[in-house]
Amino acid sequence: MHSPVAPDQIVPSAAHVPGRPPGRAGGQRGRRRGGGHRAAVPRSLAGDAWRDLRRSPVFLVSAAIILVLVAMAAVPGLFTSADPRACDLANSRLPPSGSAWFGYDLQGCDMYARTVHGARASILVGVLTTLGIALVGSVVGMFAGYHGGRVDALLSRLTDMFFAVPMLLGAIIVLATFPSTVGTPAWQTIGKVVMALGVLGWTTVARLMRSTVIQVKQADYVQAARGLGAGTSRILLRHILPNAVAPVVVYSTIILGVFVVLEATLSFLGIGLQAPVISWGIAISEARAYLRQSPHMLLFPGAFLSVTVLAFIMLGDAVRDAFDPRLR
Amino acid sequence: MRGSARRGAVVAASVGLALVLAACGGDDDGGDNGSGGEGGGAGEGPTGSVSINSTQPENPLIPTTTNEVGGGNIVDAMWTGLVSYDSETGEPGLAMAESIEPNEDFTQFTITIKDGWTFHDGSPVTAQSFVDAWNFGAAGANAQLNQYFFGPDGANIAGYDAVAGQTDDTGAFVPGSATAETMSGLEVVDETTFTVTLGSPNSLFETIIGYSAFYPMPESFFTDQAAFIEHPIGNGPFEFVEEVPNTSINLRAWEDYPGDPKPQVENIEYRIYADLDAAYADVVANQLDILDKIPPAGLAGDVWKTDLEGRSASEPLTTRFTSLTFPLTNTEAWADPNLRKAISRAIDREAVIAAAYGPGNYVPATSWVPPGNDGYVEGTCGEWCEFDAAAAQELYAQSPGVQGTLLISSNADGGHREWVDAACTSIRDTLGIDCQGDFNPDFGSFRARVNANEITNPFRTGWVADYPSIQNFLAPLYTTNGSANDGGYSNPQFDELIQQAAGLEGQEALDLYNQAEELLAEDMAIIPLWYDNGQRGWSENVNEPQFTWKGYVDPLSISVKN
Amino acid sequence: MGRYVARRLLQMIPVVIGTTLIIYTLVWSLPGDPFAGRCGARPCPPAYVAAMTDKYNLDDFWLVAYFKYLGNLLTGDFGETFQGLSVGEELLRAYPTTAKLALVAIAFEILIGIGAGILAGLRRGSYIDNLVLVSTLVVVSIPVFVIGSVLQLFLGMRWGIFPATVGGDASLYNLILPGFVLASLSLAYVARLTRTSLAENRRADYVRTAVAKGLPQRRVIGVHTMRNSLIPVVTFIGADFGALLGGAIVTEGIFNVPGVGNLIFRSITARDGVMVTGAVTVLVLVFLLVNLLVDLIYGWLDPRISHG
Repeated sequence: MHSPVAPDQIVPSAAHVPGRPPGRAGGQRGRRRGGGHRAAVPRSLAGDAWRDLRRSPVFLVSAAIILVLVAMAAVPGLFTSADPRACDLANSRLPPSGSAWFGYDLQGCDMYARTVHGARASILVGVLTTLGIALVGSVVGMFAGYHGGRVDALLSRLTDMFFAVPMLLGAIIVLATFPSTVGTPAWQTIGKVVMALGVLGWTTVARLMRSTVIQVKQADYVQAARGLGAGTSRILLRHILPNAVAPVVVYSTIILGVFVVLEATLSFLGIGLQAPVISWGIAISEARAYLRQSPHMLLFPGAFLSVTVLAFIMLGDAVRDAFDPRLR
Repeated sequence: MRGSARRGAVVAASVGLALVLAACGGDDDGGDNGSGGEGGGAGEGPTGSVSINSTQPENPLIPTTTNEVGGGNIVDAMWTGLVSYDSETGEPGLAMAESIEPNEDFTQFTITIKDGWTFHDGSPVTAQSFVDAWNFGAAGANAQLNQYFFGPDGANIAGYDAVAGQTDDTGAFVPGSATAETMSGLEVVDETTFTVTLGSPNSLFETIIGYSAFYPMPESFFTDQAAFIEHPIGNGPFEFVEEVPNTSINLRAWEDYPGDPKPQVENIEYRIYADLDAAYADVVANQLDILDKIPPAGLAGDVWKTDLEGRSASEPLTTRFTSLTFPLTNTEAWADPNLRKAISRAIDREAVIAAAYGPGNYVPATSWVPPGNDGYVEGTCGEWCEFDAAAAQELYAQSPGVQGTLLISSNADGGHREWVDAACTSIRDTLGIDCQGDFNPDFGSFRARVNANEITNPFRTGWVADYPSIQNFLAPLYTTNGSANDGGYSNPQFDELIQQAAGLEGQEALDLYNQAEELLAEDMAIIPLWYDNGQRGWSENVNEPQFTWKGYVDPLSISVKN
Repeated sequence: MGRYVARRLLQMIPVVIGTTLIIYTLVWSLPGDPFAGRCGARPCPPAYVAAMTDKYNLDDFWLVAYFKYLGNLLTGDFGETFQGLSVGEELLRAYPTTAKLALVAIAFEILIGIGAGILAGLRRGSYIDNLVLVSTLVVVSIPVFVIGSVLQLFLGMRWGIFPATVGGDASLYNLILPGFVLASLSLAYVARLTRTSLAENRRADYVRTAVAKGLPQRRVIGVHTMRNSLIPVVTFIGADFGALLGGAIVTEGIFNVPGVGNLIFRSITARDGVMVTGAVTVLVLVFLLVNLLVDLIYGWLDPRISHG
């Protein structure tokens, strides 16, 4: 799978990032900014966006879902007291019932407990990979965009190298080269999947960052800062980064869901996360063979995975709308 | 590899096994009579085209280097050997051989072949065709995968070592170390006769030479190998048409096939599937004609029986045996037989089979040799193969126990992950110890670890017999330094019994093999798990096909519906 | 223009070499012996292992082996697979099939994706708009192997509307089902991209002018808005073609399509480094060329961008 979000979807807004959002109805702004907001604080794009977000039902719903999922990942004990590793072959593939709401899986383990406990690995993969690519991509993109010239040429070619290999394919090769076994600690198993997805995932962020930085660097206030003698790192960190970060944030929230799905796909191919790690991806890929006999095995982890992905993409949508003034 | 049932059946009759054949034929429907009856009158040629599921052959279609299913099925359809195996009993019978005469102590055999046979290209099949092919297969310089079958592990033809060459201390082959080009044990007497002298007595010689490594090769092969690989030439009922790698291999009934029975179907497409589930989907949708294995997605809940109503069958396979092997040479952890027995008794085989394959689709093993083989005795494993939670816990208490987590190693593909996990669940619930499957993603990487003797915990061992004999289930697997002795099991008494049995025939030999099995039960270094059943399905376009003793479709039994 | 193309082509050289080096190194370090599984439950004969090791340079230092490989590649020799097949011929067989599949997928992206996007974009906030947004998102949130298996089960096995798998007969009709599954992921993006782009352009000055001039609605949308709105969509779809070529691993597996994805995945499992590297090299090359083409088309469609 190639990085599935078209840069074009996000980039157009970049042109407007440096300056104040143009074309906003003054009346609307006034209404929104009522309620004792301190007028002395300069309005930033992020500030405006945040105010919009707080009023967006899509944002609120998706944020609430994500909060619940994060809680599930962090403290599964809140949601179930059952041991996800307590299994009995006699219960193999039994459908949902009063004693097991989600039924049992092939090994006769309680699906509800496994689904709740599966949240951690799946969400960790999504979050860590996203953080990783946002960080690496931003740094590479920022340097390429800010320095230009040879640095840019070198970094851009490097980006091309990784960009040209489809993400799923690259992940398969990396995981086949560094396979996890049962002896591998859970954090390493997850780490490998994160690495495999991240190693090709950062390129889009780098391209996004590079193009926004090139645009931002021409802006008056950056020129002014430079004129005042600010150093490179100061300009990058204080002036460019805050204004260039929006498209990356938007891209990240959307791509996070994609990584969660990819984790499942890697499990399906037999090289993703490995037991004893519990994840939705492992559960879904195991359930696929019993699609007809025991649809509950697919339905529950599948639904949780889909809701998670939906929540993150909707969050990303809401964030993008908030950051993109032209869509108001 | 795969024998050909049809060839076997008819030949079996000719050597006096008609009774067996009749008994088996009686239970079966049309297929067995099909060659004469349903397929049309004797005057009519083969008709129609069928497709069979296959995998991409791993090697060129040369019998001496083809040892996996994908290539093996095709090679078996394209060649007829000296001996072939009956599909029901696996009993060897003469095919291309007119007679095979052993001397008194089974060290020399005189083989006469039938007159007038040719290869697909018209060149004659002579005694030399066999001798040249065997010498080629045994020569180290030719690096053939089936080289073993000419050496001590197979037929053990005299002079094998000189042709095969040497290995150094690390086990690596030393190029150029062969001192002869032909085995001294092979001697051509005339056009149709040759003698084979063995390095040691072997009463099973006649059985072994049914294996595909012993097929004859045309002269053109030795002059132009590249051309042969491009277009292989055999002497069997079907001839090569074309190969589209990773897509299909097409064969056609050979008009001049002198053997009997004749093919009933004109064209066979061996269609390559990377994924068995896709093949299953196709046979259900009538887009694939014959599927020789049903994937777990079809077995679970027995949906295959409704998906393929009236066009599926299941029967025990006499050739496959699944077990758990303890490594004994690279660790002391499994030295105590009580521990091994405790683990064996903690595995609820019925429940594991039910979860992984669907209830009753495989058969819990009670011995080291599947039923259907001569010499099979039920329950040689005794109580050690019976699930009993209390007894298992008691045995475990007497043993030093397992340090940390009990791991069971296997490859994850081929449907093995499911049963290994289930076996672990059973052990965990019974003994209260932690158990986890330890998987390699594919067979190759798993076998690499086994071959390197790296695994220090019990691991999966699955055996597919090379030829139908109790000997093949015991000698290569459990004798000291046997070619497939993965766990390093060694018992001098066992070795002694196997060696004695090789020089005997009939019940005398079988008794010794059974005695050897009892030693395995005492030691329990290899835990029998189950015997495989073969489930297969076919489309509405074809009549029920027959399956060989190895569980693959017999191409001579295939006929299309009119 | 000519200089721009030349420069882009020159830039591809280090990218292709770099990618092959990375892939070759990774595949080279795949754990396990490629021939270990070849002899069932026995180790293979030492003579066989020695011959194969020698034939495929497996004993060389990886960099040496890589340069041997690269040298052959420059003369157009892609090498031989472990099965003894010519890698070049394998690629010639697999790529057209996958390209066909990708084209079918793109047809779906255009028909359904752009269609739904236009419907949604014209009526922002309406029931249709929300339906398109939600349904495309739901499709993205389901793993492609689940979509593939479910569609195969119902449309292929149960109801027999489409063939359950493709096999050797990669006809257009046979590719409809896998093509749709392959397109399902990008569908959502195409629809959303169309929608966003359309909505933006409808507010553009030139559209307002056209409306003010009193042009009929149909003409304003059909001619003025649509043409400009579809520029980013077309470029996305173009770039997606390159990505679909290598991204069909799962779809090709489920529907037994003898294409590139299937070939690469099988070769990775078989540790067939030469095959994997060859296939990926071509993949990267095609991807880069398609992207160059897309950029050129972009410049042609959108006069604001110049590649002078």
